[in-house]
Amino acid sequence: MEEKYFISDYCMIRNNRIILNGEVLYTGNESLQGELLTAAYRHFNISYAKFFKMDNLCKLGFLASELLLRGKNMNETGPGDEVGILLSNAGSSIDTDRNHQKSISNRNEYFPSPSVFVYTLANIVIGEICIRHKLYGESLFLIEKEFNAGRLYEQVKQWLDEEIVRSCITGWVEMNGNHYDSVMYFIQKSTDLQDGIAIFDPEKLTDIYLQRN
Amino acid sequence: MEALIAKLKNEIIDVLNLTEMTPESIDENEPLFVEGLGLDSIDALELIVLLERNYGLKLVTAEEGKTVLKSVKTMAEYIRKNNKG
Repeated sequence: MEEKYFISDYCMIRNNRIILNGEVLYTGNESLQGELLTAAYRHFNISYAKFFKMDNLCKLGFLASELLLRGKNMNETGPGDEVGILLSNAGSSIDTDRNHQKSISNRNEYFPSPSVFVYTLANIVIGEICIRHKLYGESLFLIEKEFNAGRLYEQVKQWLDEEIVRSCITGWVEMNGNHYDSVMYFIQKSTDLQDGIAIFDPEKLTDIYLQRN
Repeated sequence: MEALIAKLKNEIIDVLNLTEMTPESIDENEPLFVEGLGLDSIDALELIVLLERNYGLKLVTAEEGKTVLKSVKTMAEYIRKNNKG
């Protein structure tokens, strides 16, 4: 039977809530996003000490991927080198860029922090997810003015069509000051719609992204 | 020396974001890297910055770094010996 591409799962972190496939898994009342992400990390009993060293962009992406992949049999979705990851946002690593800039703005107090500096690249969030889940497939981080379902769709479809990957994590991970927003999807090949919640296409990606439940 | 070790433990927890640890849970004789606290190369750089910012001490050679950053105790001994503040 012909294999098709499906959105098998999606995870949203926005407005103090974490939603997996439409179900609200966590509602926080923390005012700062860093505190919200740490509270959620503890709520889901995740054990990964490096989480506390990550910047907020990485914490956001890490948490979304953690829930997205939880319980997944990676043997079915493809070994690590057949799982791709394509993420995007508008602000790149602006949140950490600002922190780094603060540490170098005063010539008399010039002590840039190495552990802050390493996060002044948006694609580090992909690295953190890949290290955690042992993913070695194709990866790419795109900076877009806004969520661009068409671009994500075209790139992931190309990787799947050319059999560069068998499955792919894709989506939007934004962290900029007080604003944070993450919608992450898991896309995989299957012959059966029951393996997914929707056919993978730009319209469905957009429908899910625009959900404000 | 004990006060310096206690202060250093708190500073290490703070700069390395070891939020799951307490000063009491850190053995000052344990290796900081690989075993013990399991720190990595970025943590090493952060400890070098800590020595410079908080104690005015600059590690110059890699060899010196290996000796000084062996454990909390070796760091404290280095500070006590070299800190003029």
